[in-house]
Amino acid sequence: MTDSSATPAVRMTGIAKRFAAVQAVAQADLSVQPGEIHALCGENGAGKSTLMKILCGMNGCDDGRIEVHGQDVTGWSTARAIAAGVGMVHQHFMLVPTLTVAENVVLGREPLRHGLLDLEKAVADVEQLCKQTGLSVPARALVAELSVGQAQRVEILKVLHRGARVLLLDEPTAVLSPPEVVELWKVLRTLRGSGTTILLVTHKLDEVMELTDRITVMRQGRTVAVLQTPETTPEILAEAMVGREVDLRVQHAKRAGSRGDVVLQLRDLRVAGRRIAEAIRGISLDVRAGEILGIAGVEGNGQAELLEALTGLRPVLSGEISLNGKNINALTPRARGDAGLSHIPEDRHERGLILEFSVADNLVLGQQHHFGSKGLLDRRAIDAHAQAAIAAWDIRPPDPQAPVRTLSGGNQQKVVIAREMARDFSVLIAAQPTRGVDVGAIEFIHDRLRQARDAGKAVLLVSAELREILTLSDRIAVLYGGQLVAVLPRDACSEAILGGYMTGLGSTTEAA
Amino acid sequence: MISVRWLHWADLVLPPLVALAVALVAGDLLILSYGQAPGSVWRLLLEGTWGNSYGIGQVLYKATTLTCTGLAVALPMRAGLFNIGAESQLAAGAFATALVASLLPTATPLLLAAPLCIAGAMVGGGLVGAVPGVLRARYGAHEVIVTIMLNFVVLALLNWLVSTYWHVPETLHTPTITSGQMPRLSQLFPQFHGSAANWSWLPVALTAGLVQWALQRSQAGFALRAVGFQPLAAENAGILVGRVWRQALTWGGALAGLGGINFVLGYKGYYEDGLAGGAGFLGIAVALVGRNHPLGVVAAALLFATLSQGGLAIHALVPKQMVEVLQAVVILAMAMAVPEVRRLLRTALTPRRRAP
Amino acid sequence: MSRLLILTVALFLLHAGLQWVEPASAGLAAHGQGPRVGVVFDLGGRGDKSFNDGAYVGAMRAVKALGAQVRFVEPGEGSDREAGLRLLAAEGMDLVIGVGFIFSDDLTGLAKEYPNIAFAGVDYAVALDGQGQPIQPPPNLAALKFREEQGSFLVGALAALVGGSKKVGFVGGMDTPLIHKFEAGYRAGVLHVCPDCTVLAQYAGVTPEAFRNPGRGKELALSQYQQGVRVIYHASGSTGLGVFEAARVQHGLGIGVDADQYDEAPGFILTSMVKRVDNAVYDAIDRVKAKKFHGGIIQFGLAEDGVGYVYDAHNRALIPSQVHDRLEQLKADIVAGRLQVPSTR
Repeated sequence: MTDSSATPAVRMTGIAKRFAAVQAVAQADLSVQPGEIHALCGENGAGKSTLMKILCGMNGCDDGRIEVHGQDVTGWSTARAIAAGVGMVHQHFMLVPTLTVAENVVLGREPLRHGLLDLEKAVADVEQLCKQTGLSVPARALVAELSVGQAQRVEILKVLHRGARVLLLDEPTAVLSPPEVVELWKVLRTLRGSGTTILLVTHKLDEVMELTDRITVMRQGRTVAVLQTPETTPEILAEAMVGREVDLRVQHAKRAGSRGDVVLQLRDLRVAGRRIAEAIRGISLDVRAGEILGIAGVEGNGQAELLEALTGLRPVLSGEISLNGKNINALTPRARGDAGLSHIPEDRHERGLILEFSVADNLVLGQQHHFGSKGLLDRRAIDAHAQAAIAAWDIRPPDPQAPVRTLSGGNQQKVVIAREMARDFSVLIAAQPTRGVDVGAIEFIHDRLRQARDAGKAVLLVSAELREILTLSDRIAVLYGGQLVAVLPRDACSEAILGGYMTGLGSTTEAA
Repeated sequence: MISVRWLHWADLVLPPLVALAVALVAGDLLILSYGQAPGSVWRLLLEGTWGNSYGIGQVLYKATTLTCTGLAVALPMRAGLFNIGAESQLAAGAFATALVASLLPTATPLLLAAPLCIAGAMVGGGLVGAVPGVLRARYGAHEVIVTIMLNFVVLALLNWLVSTYWHVPETLHTPTITSGQMPRLSQLFPQFHGSAANWSWLPVALTAGLVQWALQRSQAGFALRAVGFQPLAAENAGILVGRVWRQALTWGGALAGLGGINFVLGYKGYYEDGLAGGAGFLGIAVALVGRNHPLGVVAAALLFATLSQGGLAIHALVPKQMVEVLQAVVILAMAMAVPEVRRLLRTALTPRRRAP
Repeated sequence: MSRLLILTVALFLLHAGLQWVEPASAGLAAHGQGPRVGVVFDLGGRGDKSFNDGAYVGAMRAVKALGAQVRFVEPGEGSDREAGLRLLAAEGMDLVIGVGFIFSDDLTGLAKEYPNIAFAGVDYAVALDGQGQPIQPPPNLAALKFREEQGSFLVGALAALVGGSKKVGFVGGMDTPLIHKFEAGYRAGVLHVCPDCTVLAQYAGVTPEAFRNPGRGKELALSQYQQGVRVIYHASGSTGLGVFEAARVQHGLGIGVDADQYDEAPGFILTSMVKRVDNAVYDAIDRVKAKKFHGGIIQFGLAEDGVGYVYDAHNRALIPSQVHDRLEQLKADIVAGRLQVPSTR
């Protein structure tokens, strides 16, 4: 597939970029051959995204040279990049939800008739493009009605419609379910077949191994290795990314203690959905002290509503939630927290952290009433608390007053988890605890969750990543269509078995 | 190495500096267009304001009201709410304080009367502020619309009350109060003679400090700022967002109402229709320039008060409207400088990995 | 970041540089040797086509005719009224004028504080003491009042003479003694020339809002026209614009107030009862120049040319010359004291 003698589709040499005090990229080189799928790997904050933004014209660079198809384009604009066929599919979709798929795809390059938008031509164009690329999306549907995977396909279509020959994808699978990921791989292979060059930014090793032809690894702003995928292993790759040896085996560490009493009990729980009348349709579940219960399922099957009901953000329609034997249906989120329910929200940027607040303030968010008396805050106690958490969780930079916005994703997540595990809790609800977190931090967070379990806490793990569920859980429940279609011991599970239940194909077993 | 804290201060202080620079140069050009020398006009403006104790007194008087209306905008803004109702909240506070003062027995000792009158002013303004707060928290009605509309309702209502039931014939003001009068500064410092400056500045300055302290050091302030930055995260942390909204707008109204004591207790001794006279709307500009920071609001209030009083002083050379243009230039330059500074700072603050 | 800093520093440097620029015309242009006069307008100020503009016209006439040096101040907010007066007084002006009744308290206070400076208040509201007797202003403060009832008497007579109907109309703004004065003079004028006529008098309300309610004005005027009224006189601020609108619809006639309101509804304005604020201001400046200024309540009536009615090219066609002669005769009678006009109902 690669031909080293051809002019590279993209060649970046000696790129450097500084943001005020931070050297985001220092001495990065990247060479992508036409028609290959090339991965740009590295931990969060390694400089991958910055390098991509420089390539597609969103950022300038302080030093270095960029060539596309042999032409020097250093310092070009996004408009010129698009015109030259370099298109970026962003991690966060940039679509107008109130417009249709076709309208979104042609936005900015609308086909006109008599000076007005020719909607029929737009739809025809988009359907034709779908057929060519194998990306199937209903052209007349509103973007707001699409699933995440479909919305991403629209993003890709948008870029292709503008004539992109070099496609940049920034963490494309972060928001996709396993079947959607498989679908995306198919599409990308088809595109490669038709001569499109694909550059993939990711930190997920299995994706890289499965899909790509070559890999460029970045660490701390530098490109540290270029690997041929068939000749490498995940271990080599991980070592290149982190700079030390990493244990990647999917190994299920058995719990040390024995299962204790039931601490969280759901009885025939029904919860209204955001758009549908009932998103959780009668769930009964016991979570015991000293176990990690994983909830697997494709996103959108009621996970969000279940989490909101448990934490008190969404009223239940009927049924009962009990914590340590007491019904907590009517308690406010704060009272639930005080009663022993800790919660790692699935979206730390929206729900978990106040980005403008300092690390210290974020470490007491939701517990501020325990830090001070008579309505005042005890700054000294908050600071001491922060110092302790920073030391215990190795949060970097170790500055309690640094705004949390300035921390890397992994460190931000550590702040959230440190906060939730520092309080006196009996149940920890962990939703996507390692989403968007780098390899090193994932290990660390998993260890901490196991430690909590071993200390006799109950952990309810909700994750879209099967690998994570399988690694951590003692029991696994599968959520499909707002119901638990299976509750199985870990040993009875495999990706294949769970995948069946997650897509609604597996036989239903009695909910335990 | 630029520290994060330095950037935080830059974000606060840089936009007003830029705005000031733009306004000064715009003022120079305007003055030149009138055929006058910028140097002498600015000198006249400073002499008429900070150059003599009467001018200082006038600036102090105007700044006192503007501090209150500025805080009335800034505090809800910290909770993510835009209070456009300071104008009517100020009037309601002034009316309420006049009402309280007139109900007190003649010559009630000031130490007893002043707290009662101040409380009355804050309750009056707070009631008007509570309406958008409740409507926002309970029904999701947008506070901008509600406060704008409430301005008309409240001002018309007060106008009707005064002109129908409670005014001195041939005037639009209430009878002069007989207790609760804040002494003029000139009673203690004769050099302030003639200026409207009075001891109202003291409770107002204390209040500004108190607001700043409460925002940083109280659990309620913590919750309010959290809601202002990220309501979803605050909700997740068990903060009752609706209650914070209600409290923020109510307190905002109370702060605007507090400004009423300056005119009623300190200056004229009566409530007069139209006394708010744009001070409420100028409060938005004060909050903007003061970066919604209580102490910044005080500084911005002094700036706008200086421009307002200075406008009278330079009237002989250039039209007063020049000062209004300058105020508008400051606001526009701020509105442009804030996002620009933010953008520049944000790039410097993008999430990054530090050397271990 | 650095770009912004450079820009800011550059602006400050530019500003510093501009401080040295000194245009040839700089400084106060001193003109005239006459009295130094300061005029403080009310909020809103110039451009109101009424009081403030009238004061401006009178002051400018004094600049030309008397060589007066005039400074104008427009307040930005309530406390600026006093500050403006005080600024002018502190500069040692010979005469300081406040335009509008709202200046009354401030003028009284400052006149006591600056006994050597002359003050004048247009439409000054004279406070009443406990017994309801007027409190005389300080000796250096002239309360410039107008005998609105005299002007109203003449337009009342005119309305009865040219209306061709036994019914004439009046629309007042806020129902207060100040406006009753207009009604009383008007009624007397109507009945003087037409004893069996009736006057329909209505008020727009009891609040100051009644001066700003054209909708209500139109409503009242329409009902009066439909009852057979041909001419309506209004004393109601912008509520009167509604009266004119009704006149246009019903092809009736309206009479303006304070200033010449012909332009509000050309062809439908019979005349306007004008308060000559310009004459009052000019008169006050003239007295200061002639060293004949004295305080107290100074009434401007027909004799002093302080009130009057409009008779010019616009409305000459509406007023037969014998009617005009009759009005002039009535005016002469009032000036001579042969005819007394009541100022209360």
